[in-house]
Amino acid sequence: MPATGAAVRLCGLRKTYGGTDALAGIDLEVRHGEFFSLLGPSGSGKTTTLRLIAGFEEPTDGSVELAGQDVTGLAPYERDVHTVFQDYALFPHMTVEQNVGYALKVRGTGRAERAQRVRAALASVRLEGHGRRRPAQLSGGQRQRVALARALIDRPAVLLLDEPLAALDLRLRGRMQAELKELQREVGITFVFVTHDQGEALSMSDRVAVFNAGRIEQVGTPAEVYERPATAFVADFVGASNVLTGEPARRVTGRPGPYSIRPERITLSAPAEDTAGVGRETHDDAARTGACEHRASGTVTDVVYLGHAVRVLVDLDVGGRLTVLRHVGEGADHATPGTRVMLRWPAGHAVPLPADPAPAPAPDADPGPDADPGPPPGSPGPGSPDPGAPATVPAPGRGPR
Amino acid sequence: MRLSPTARIVLRTTALLGIAVIYLPLLLVLVNSLNPDRAFGWPPGGITTRWWADAWHSGGARSALWVSVRAGLGATAVALVLGTLVAFAVQRHAFFGRQTLSFLVVLPIALPGVVTGIALNSAFRSVLPPLGLGFGLLTVIIAHATFCVVIVFNNVAARLRRVSGSLEEAAMDLGAGPLRTFRDVTWPLVRSAVLAGGLLAFALSFDEIVVTTFTAGAGVQTLPLWIFGNLARPQQAPVVNVVAAVLVLASVIPVYGAQRLSGDTAAGSRI
Repeated sequence: MPATGAAVRLCGLRKTYGGTDALAGIDLEVRHGEFFSLLGPSGSGKTTTLRLIAGFEEPTDGSVELAGQDVTGLAPYERDVHTVFQDYALFPHMTVEQNVGYALKVRGTGRAERAQRVRAALASVRLEGHGRRRPAQLSGGQRQRVALARALIDRPAVLLLDEPLAALDLRLRGRMQAELKELQREVGITFVFVTHDQGEALSMSDRVAVFNAGRIEQVGTPAEVYERPATAFVADFVGASNVLTGEPARRVTGRPGPYSIRPERITLSAPAEDTAGVGRETHDDAARTGACEHRASGTVTDVVYLGHAVRVLVDLDVGGRLTVLRHVGEGADHATPGTRVMLRWPAGHAVPLPADPAPAPAPDADPGPDADPGPPPGSPGPGSPDPGAPATVPAPGRGPR
Repeated sequence: MRLSPTARIVLRTTALLGIAVIYLPLLLVLVNSLNPDRAFGWPPGGITTRWWADAWHSGGARSALWVSVRAGLGATAVALVLGTLVAFAVQRHAFFGRQTLSFLVVLPIALPGVVTGIALNSAFRSVLPPLGLGFGLLTVIIAHATFCVVIVFNNVAARLRRVSGSLEEAAMDLGAGPLRTFRDVTWPLVRSAVLAGGLLAFALSFDEIVVTTFTAGAGVQTLPLWIFGNLARPQQAPVVNVVAAVLVLASVIPVYGAQRLSGDTAAGSRI
């Protein structure tokens, strides 16, 4: 297995259906042996990307390279990639053995060798003894494993997986996630995994590409994507997030943002516990001096008990609303609607985002009076905050879909 | 849905009556073909195979049967090729006018036979003579094919709708070229639907009379035409009855087979 170079390289890849862009020109590199996820909502172009890599569709523009070789014009059967389909696409008229051995049969591998490799492949997905059954006689999880064994039997350079876990129930999905990850480590094959489930993408991947409206918003490790979202879309789509923007952001941090603040980074305390003077002025002062902590006071509007944690919605005095997520026993248990609270978070966890209307920024954007061109108080993230961002009402964090 | 006991009785009676109206006359034909009384006196005085033997030795009936079989096989062959191809085009490819094509292919089965017959008759009249051809078996085959295509098309298209396109993609993905994919995956999955369509098409052609009347040449007499021509002769009545019974059986068997085929594979192709 070569350790360097790109297993998959997409250059300016674009796909148009009837005049609308399903994929608006993306560049992407997937390294050898990587578990790489394409994450995004439905219609964001992730499945189109997968189908272009597999060769089921021809790009309108751009190229697909596999291991350094341009395969843009090649048919699916001429590419060293295999696909695990969302509906598994097991051949219903063939037995499990025949399904799994199909790639070898097509390539003319001898009967004896084929039987032996099929047995090994079935063993690797713990389906020994199921070889003579038909796909219709298997459970959902078993079919999924047959599809995996079938796609892995002749060791393709890249395995493409199109939401393979979407059809499974919640418990089975959790188990298959672990199995899939383990399998990938064992075989060392590059996995390109399409999913709309951000939890799945974060927990399984080495790196993630976040798709939105036919474009890639960010590529990074799960931690980078989660902790340092490059855009408001990523902040919102990957995990729950607060986006603080406009005047409230300026009053709390000294700059109008927008900022992304993860709900679990915010701590709650009663205003009385606050030793320093309580009030808006103090916070503004703190912000101006570049304090390493942001503080804001507010009133609890809603408390949701989640079992392991408590989600508290707080209306800030300076405007805007933040969602706070605390584990049970971390000081949020006694919050009730109407309680006055003090919110704090490390300044470094207020991640600056590019201003929302990203394309064509207005040339005469009016910077706020307090805005200075220096770096924001938070540690610099990708994308520079635009002081001219319109003071939109901050959106409350949205949960994972 | 819950039904009141009264409603249930009424519905059952109506259904039974409906079935009876359809099948009792057919049963009567079968019984009378074994009735020794030439005038079909009721109840039958016994059982005889005399009429069946007569029919077997009737030259007219035998040649009519042969003509019907050839017409049915010919029309079915044409329908199998065209119907299957159109079904694939409509179900597996997106192109301009797809819906229209699908509608135009299905339409002939809804058209009144008289209209189809007259239209084809006048078309043949103007097209065939310059080619040195006349009305004959070929014209019957072409005419029957117009509606037999519909049956094959409907069967195959319905199957293709149920067979996920990702199966073919999966085969290609695993290294099979287009021909190999067709041989290993597509054909095995649509085979029974094609066969069922063919059986139904044959049954349809075998007992067709209206369109046949307008398109058969002078010497071409199919089984239904023969029955129609001999209906008025009391002398032939018992033999006509036997031929009618044969016609019923010859239609029932393919339809039964087609149903079995569609049912079986519907279960098998569920993924």
